[in-house]
Amino acid sequence: MKLRDIAHGRAGDKGDTCNISVIAYDRRDYPRLQREVTAARVRECFDGIVLGEIVRYELPQLGALNFVMTRALGGGVTRSLALDAHGKSLSSALMNLEIPDPPADPAP
Amino acid sequence: MRHRQSRRLSGRPLRIGCGAGYSNDRVEPAVELVERGDLDYLVFECLAERTIALAQQAKARDPQAGFDPLLRQRMEAVLAGCHGRGVTLVTNMGAANPQAAAGCVRDVARRAGLTDLTIAVVTGDDVTAMVANGPYRSIELDEPFDPGSVVSANAYLGADPIVEALHRGADVVITGRVADPSLFVAPILTALGWAGDDWPRVGLATLAGHLLECAGQVTGGYFADPGVKDVPHLERLGFPLAEITAEGGIVVTKVSGSGGLVNTATCTEQLLYEVHDPAAYVTPDVVADFSGVTVEADGVDRVRVSGADGRPRPEMLKVSVGQHDGWIGEGQISYGGPGAVARARLAAEIVAGRLALVGPVPIDVRYDLIGVDALHGGVSRPVGEPYEVRLRVAARVSTEAEAWRVAREVESLYTNGPFGGGGASTTVKPVLAMRSTLLPRSAVAWRVDYETV
Repeated sequence: MKLRDIAHGRAGDKGDTCNISVIAYDRRDYPRLQREVTAARVRECFDGIVLGEIVRYELPQLGALNFVMTRALGGGVTRSLALDAHGKSLSSALMNLEIPDPPADPAP
Repeated sequence: MRHRQSRRLSGRPLRIGCGAGYSNDRVEPAVELVERGDLDYLVFECLAERTIALAQQAKARDPQAGFDPLLRQRMEAVLAGCHGRGVTLVTNMGAANPQAAAGCVRDVARRAGLTDLTIAVVTGDDVTAMVANGPYRSIELDEPFDPGSVVSANAYLGADPIVEALHRGADVVITGRVADPSLFVAPILTALGWAGDDWPRVGLATLAGHLLECAGQVTGGYFADPGVKDVPHLERLGFPLAEITAEGGIVVTKVSGSGGLVNTATCTEQLLYEVHDPAAYVTPDVVADFSGVTVEADGVDRVRVSGADGRPRPEMLKVSVGQHDGWIGEGQISYGGPGAVARARLAAEIVAGRLALVGPVPIDVRYDLIGVDALHGGVSRPVGEPYEVRLRVAARVSTEAEAWRVAREVESLYTNGPFGGGGASTTVKPVLAMRSTLLPRSAVAWRVDYETV
């Protein structure tokens, strides 16, 4: 399944730094986000786009993660040659991440 | 001067709305907030990172320009309604020229026959001369600024000057560069009697301001994803307001009957929007801590947020510096039908070959196939061949002439490129790079001027 099936998020930009939130629709899915959406997997997803570091912040009470990625926006909105100079669409790319299906419900 | 803030609340929560989340935002939702929001304050947040640098350039061409182009339209739409209802306006639409912006507000007020209206103008954020000629370094490049390249330098002021203006009875407060949440923090502190160094309270006010500052982004704008996250009536999206109690309770909501929605998901997306370390959201007013914030439903289109904290404000103020940084030349052309992608790729190779043969040598260049890989490179691999695709070539170069040469290389594909190219377009623009530096608070002297119509 895709990350999009259990989570939503939004990308923001400040200078050349992009942050993307990943928020579970259901708080009970937060441990899955924690386990599956690691900084390493996010780096794979943005290979060739994010040139700096990726830091993950955890917000369990919101069921959310916040990824902060430096050197991610081609120099920032005012300098970037990218069609999406803000990098606003990067969150939708992350939602394409493949994650394992949940284990089947135990028999009643 | 009047001290009218204290008479308003008499026990009910403060009601503060956001009438714009960026410069070109819609105007009608602000009118709806004024007419039906039972507001105490309406804030228009209209300055993105580079807006003020563009405004400085406009002011350099015309000394009466350099403020928000929609200021007059917005004031014509809401000023009389606000004045009649006792709603105080706070806005950074002054951009690079708050004095001229105040003149525009005065003119609108006079034409509308309004009297007893006090306009406060906040200045002092413009530190261009200081940064261009001083020993300051760009944080991003870790090098000194070339004085000749500096177009603008504006320090992010905090809530202090607005608090002063509100205490002195201003009906309209016009600022230039002020940190976005501070536009909300000031009225909240003033109305609720919270001290500017009550850091947990300032953290709470900053949380409210941060949730409101992008207007429709917390009421369902920038959220809809059909079948996954549905939002009703985006064509008449309502803008947000917050109810804030003296005890620190915050509820985000919107005018009933307006389009959009406010729920825990919209509020959580906005809570983390453009936040880096949630435990240290730095503004000129406070180092806010959102790491323990909780978001819970409180009825239809009502969300309660709590748990923000704060630590003492930073001693250094961030300064946004706009610099000339070369030119970008861009050309686009479309290919359709069978083999469209292969022809677009061939077109890109032709342009690359031309630049190698006859120049200019770009500082940086990018070839995108719009519809295939323009947004995320190899990240989003399309399934199958699209029916149509658009080649986009964008190059950073040193001069305007070189930028045109790049753009025209794409246009010349009409008669020199692959079969069936159509709809070529060219764009050339100067690059205004935004960089930052830090100034000690003591080096930035703000002031507030008042005028009563």
